[in-house]
Amino acid sequence: MNWFRLNALLNANGVLGINRRNAEYMLPHNPRACYPLVDDKTLTKQLAAKAGVAVPELYGVIEIQQQVGALPQLLAKYRDFVVKPARGSQGDGIIVVTGRSRALYRTADGNLLDDHDMCFHVSNILAGIYSLGGQSDKALIEYRVNFDAIFEKITYRGVPDVRIIVFRGVPVMAMVRLPTRLSGGKANLHQGAVGAGIDMATGRTLDAVWRNEIVAEHPDTGNPVSGVQIPHWDTLLELSARSYELTGLGYQGIDIVLDRDKGPLILELNARPGLAIQMANQAGLRTRLDIVQRELPGLRTLADRVAFARERFAPAGGTTLGTLA
Amino acid sequence: MKRVHLYVLTGLLAAIGCGFFSYKLFVLGFPLKPEARIDVWRVEVQVQFEAGGGPVKASLFLPRRTGNLVIVDQSFVSPGYGIVTEQQPGRGMRAVYSIHDASGPQTLYYRAVIQPARMRDEVARDPVPEVPPPQFGGVERAAAETVVRAAQQQSADPATLAPLIVKWLKEARPGGEASHLLGRQPTNHRLATVAARLIQFAGVPARVVNGIALAPERRDTHLLHWIEYFADGRWRTVHIVEAAREAPAEYLAWWRGDEPLIELSGGQQLKHAISTSRSYELATRTAIDQQRALEKKLIEFSLFGLPLQSQALFRTLMVIPVGILLLVVLRNIVGIKTFGTFMPVLIALAFRQTGPVWGVAFLCIVVGLGLAVRFYLERLKLLLVPRLAAVVIMVILIIAMLTVLSFKLGLERGLSIGLFPIVIMTMTIERMTMVWEERGPGEAFQQGLGSIAVGVMCYFVMNLQIVEHLFFVFPELLLVALAAILLIGRYSGYRITEFYRFRVLART
Repeated sequence: MNWFRLNALLNANGVLGINRRNAEYMLPHNPRACYPLVDDKTLTKQLAAKAGVAVPELYGVIEIQQQVGALPQLLAKYRDFVVKPARGSQGDGIIVVTGRSRALYRTADGNLLDDHDMCFHVSNILAGIYSLGGQSDKALIEYRVNFDAIFEKITYRGVPDVRIIVFRGVPVMAMVRLPTRLSGGKANLHQGAVGAGIDMATGRTLDAVWRNEIVAEHPDTGNPVSGVQIPHWDTLLELSARSYELTGLGYQGIDIVLDRDKGPLILELNARPGLAIQMANQAGLRTRLDIVQRELPGLRTLADRVAFARERFAPAGGTTLGTLA
Repeated sequence: MKRVHLYVLTGLLAAIGCGFFSYKLFVLGFPLKPEARIDVWRVEVQVQFEAGGGPVKASLFLPRRTGNLVIVDQSFVSPGYGIVTEQQPGRGMRAVYSIHDASGPQTLYYRAVIQPARMRDEVARDPVPEVPPPQFGGVERAAAETVVRAAQQQSADPATLAPLIVKWLKEARPGGEASHLLGRQPTNHRLATVAARLIQFAGVPARVVNGIALAPERRDTHLLHWIEYFADGRWRTVHIVEAAREAPAEYLAWWRGDEPLIELSGGQQLKHAISTSRSYELATRTAIDQQRALEKKLIEFSLFGLPLQSQALFRTLMVIPVGILLLVVLRNIVGIKTFGTFMPVLIALAFRQTGPVWGVAFLCIVVGLGLAVRFYLERLKLLLVPRLAAVVIMVILIIAMLTVLSFKLGLERGLSIGLFPIVIMTMTIERMTMVWEERGPGEAFQQGLGSIAVGVMCYFVMNLQIVEHLFFVFPELLLVALAAILLIGRYSGYRITEFYRFRVLART
């Protein structure tokens, strides 16, 4: 297909490209000073704790190389945990330990690591190889989420999470990211995870996208991924709408995991959320962002914003059904 | 609002850049193409005489800018002599060599570098000198009147009169009036002098021009003489040898009037020799030289004012922005992923030395071996900075080995591998390892190939002769490139790779 036609079609469908995201949404709406709040996950956690938003419990932080020696003692207390860089991006550098096998740690993608490997990984995190811009970093050791049973059938290892794009406090688009064998247990679409769009009105999953293809079933388990009701959907919408006041970022992505016991926990906030969510929802972001831009003056309270999102951002065709129900 | 600001700024930058560019191109005559070459003549006058053991003074006429030729450089070599130049209105410029006390054989030199003029300067600008009507006595006066009257009958105006008088003199029959004026076996000089006097006599200002024909490699050039006369508001030329034709560019008018080239006091046995030679020079160079002669200080403060070595450096530096502009287009409009922001441009610079084929081959070998070393180092569990340092050393070792190896195999190209940016390659190896481990080898190779492809494209653009020439000669074009980059900085349309990425969303 020729480029002009593609260009016109994408424009007509309100698809947001990376240049426009950067130039018209990130640069004007995300003040530089607010970035550290979301780039450093220890700060995000403190912020969330202050605001009374649930986050995965922090077991410990390794800040300097000298502390690495004490890592095995720290880890000895926990059977399962997650090690992640405080400034990591796109899920790089995260190790999810699901259990133990004698003295070895069993990871979510099925590898076995010894203390030595674990210390080396933490050293690497401290040296900054996973951090944005290569600055030195901190390593977080935190609670491993036991994800909600509803996702068990449509996840291959790893932890599924819900990504919601929030524009100036209005939840705009959402998807659930399901790890696959290809993604190595990571919930990242361009590493091969499945992304299923979510009906903003009801919290039910729509069709899913996997490696640029529309799929209806999880590629590894074969179970249908559409029509799944996301639990606590109201809470999720409220959490995401509140995140704007939390960070001051006008255009951000919020990653929430659903824990079996603790309910929704904010995993991280993202000042540069990816655009793959459009594929998962088969809808363009720009159309929705334009609507928010236009209607924002009428939305005074948090409840207004959540109600607005539910009403206006149901998928095409589902809008009427949603409002009727 | 911001957009308007940006457009005004870019418009301004582009206008300044284009303005300077066209000024230099059209007014100062800088060439648009690198291969434009131009004839450059070198003229040398050697003066020899025997000094008599007292004060010596030798005065020599100097050539000046004429309609077609410009003196861009001149030098005087005369050990112990003081030199004064003086203007002689209507005749030319004179240099006076003088010394208080000299004896024995003396040699003085005068050298000039002469080029065709870019902007024609009409001799007509010279003021019309007040020429007293020539005095002819008795028989000569009668002969002169006869010749002039005969010529006047066949001519319409001064412009046609002068060539006719010259023709009459040249075709003079022995025993006629003309030959009486000329005397027996007239020389060219005599002929020119008489012709000038006759034209004056007819009421048209005229003068004898002494000069040389510029010829490639001539050891002993003869002085030539021709005539200039003033008609229709400008000076015109008549040649004695070919009376009908105007002086071609290769004739250098040296001085005007009847005086000899050199006048000497305090010495004997005066001899002189004039030699000429020709060489080609880049038109850029000659354009600058002419500006200097015209005292355009502007040029002095450009890159051409630098020593040659620094100029070579800037020839390279000035093409980097072109590579960067291309890189910006490829990354932000096409959407190609590369390792490191400017890494491809730096690779392209190295390719300039090695050539693209060998460059890519060497790069792949170095990065490939570097990756192998890096994967081995992974097992040692080193901290980041020492690990990077180790890779730097390994990269240098690999480069050294490759250089020696390729030299022994007779590959001259191999000698320039050392120019590859070592630190950049190390960072590339490190990032490639990271991507390899985090995203798999596929993604690593994809980004690696992207980097090399962009590097090669940058190389081809940066290595275009015309690009290098344009940006070195017209550095103001950088402002245009800057304007383009600023505009791309606000480009918010789709990247071409996004057409592929979002193709499932392109439904009607």
